[in-house]
Amino acid sequence: MASKQPENSLLSPESDSQRTLYPYVTGTSVVALKYKDGILMAADMGGSYGSTLRYKSVERMKPIGKHSLLGASGEISDFQEILRYLDELILYDNMWDDGNSLGPKEVHNYLTRVMYNRRNKFNPLWNSLVLGGVKNGQKYLGTVSMIGVNFEDNHVATGFGNHLARPILRQEWHENLSFEDGVRLLEKCMRVLLYRDRSAVNKLQIAKITEDGVTISQPYSLKTYWEFSAFENPAQGAIGSW
Amino acid sequence: MDLDMNVNAPHSMGTTIIGVTYNGGVVLGADSRTSTGMYVANRASDKITQLTDNVYVCRSGSAADSQIVSDYVRYFLHQHTIQLGQPATVKVAANLIRLLSYNNKNMLQTGLIVGGWDKYEGGKIYGIPLGGTLVEQPFAIGGSGSSYLYGFFDQAWKEGMTKEEAEQLVVKAVSLAIARDGASGGVVRTVIINSDGVTRNFYPGDKLQLWHDELEPQNSLLDILNAPSPEPMNI
Repeated sequence: MASKQPENSLLSPESDSQRTLYPYVTGTSVVALKYKDGILMAADMGGSYGSTLRYKSVERMKPIGKHSLLGASGEISDFQEILRYLDELILYDNMWDDGNSLGPKEVHNYLTRVMYNRRNKFNPLWNSLVLGGVKNGQKYLGTVSMIGVNFEDNHVATGFGNHLARPILRQEWHENLSFEDGVRLLEKCMRVLLYRDRSAVNKLQIAKITEDGVTISQPYSLKTYWEFSAFENPAQGAIGSW
Repeated sequence: MDLDMNVNAPHSMGTTIIGVTYNGGVVLGADSRTSTGMYVANRASDKITQLTDNVYVCRSGSAADSQIVSDYVRYFLHQHTIQLGQPATVKVAANLIRLLSYNNKNMLQTGLIVGGWDKYEGGKIYGIPLGGTLVEQPFAIGGSGSSYLYGFFDQAWKEGMTKEEAEQLVVKAVSLAIARDGASGGVVRTVIINSDGVTRNFYPGDKLQLWHDELEPQNSLLDILNAPSPEPMNI
């Protein structure tokens, strides 16, 4: 294993600089959009181990404090560690007991600093994060990558979602989507991801955050469509089946 | 050894380990082969290691790494039990394993399955693969032999099995993995943990059922040659 024995190092193992070289158990895309009452976010429940779809009940979206919802793709162990950092952040925030609470914008900023500083030390948390929330009527939706790239938008996605879901959202998203329309739009995106992303798993959750709080749906599966006549005989007339 | 294999691909390591919950507790199972390269260094190892009276861990991957992690966690749990004044919970044991696995992820190469019984949550199984992710599961499989068991468990696993059903499932599964995985072999060991305590069982290779293309073991060819010829049939 390359990380265990660097041949050119004269240093003892304890003073080797720690660096994450590659992820082990990973989650795939997260997709999120702003709608009339807040944010809707969707992620499947898969934890892949290389090419094996090893874990199928991993919750990749979690509420943070009173006003935020965090979704993550990438290394699950690093996501679990980020949740611990955020637990501490929220705890200290509550301990002030001053009636104020960290909003989504603040949590997003904290995560950006954490991710960027780890990147500068060549020891990244191998995740792409989506942070959404509502505070005092203001909707917020942002994203941070493992190298610290961060921005906010009306709809965001990680991984494959950037390539497959964002184009759909660019066409069909509009201000003040109803809850039903938002869910249907997310499901449209998740279905495409299920068809076209090898690491997608057909068990997903959709989470909603509004001024009133966070709701994460029960896990469920999407129907898929295979009965196209072109699928039945794709190589009609050709020699060989291609 | 292939030194130029793609180091970026996660890979499983020699062994088959399993942890299964049932109606009342857990059953842990493992094979007994420890290999160094192609040589079997120990054909009767015990990969199911005690952490406390009520929590055990199945070890896979580097023998050294899994042993040192077990030793540290046993030590921490011992102190924790004294401070707490009562048996440690399975969750605490699993989280201690996770802490060591995660914080030393660059150096360790071990996948572990923690299983046990406590009075608060009953029987619980936690999987801690490479990287230090902690996943609570109704059943967990690990090690290189587990590749051959994903399909088997998808089909054979049922919620709410009895202790006997669960143990039979574990023994069958380890046996199937041994049949196909070169890095797994030897005997099948199981450990059953519930409110009544802990039971260790041992299934030597010749007590397991035969799978496809496997033959009944014989003492010698001579026994076959000298066997009485079959009786002629009577219509």
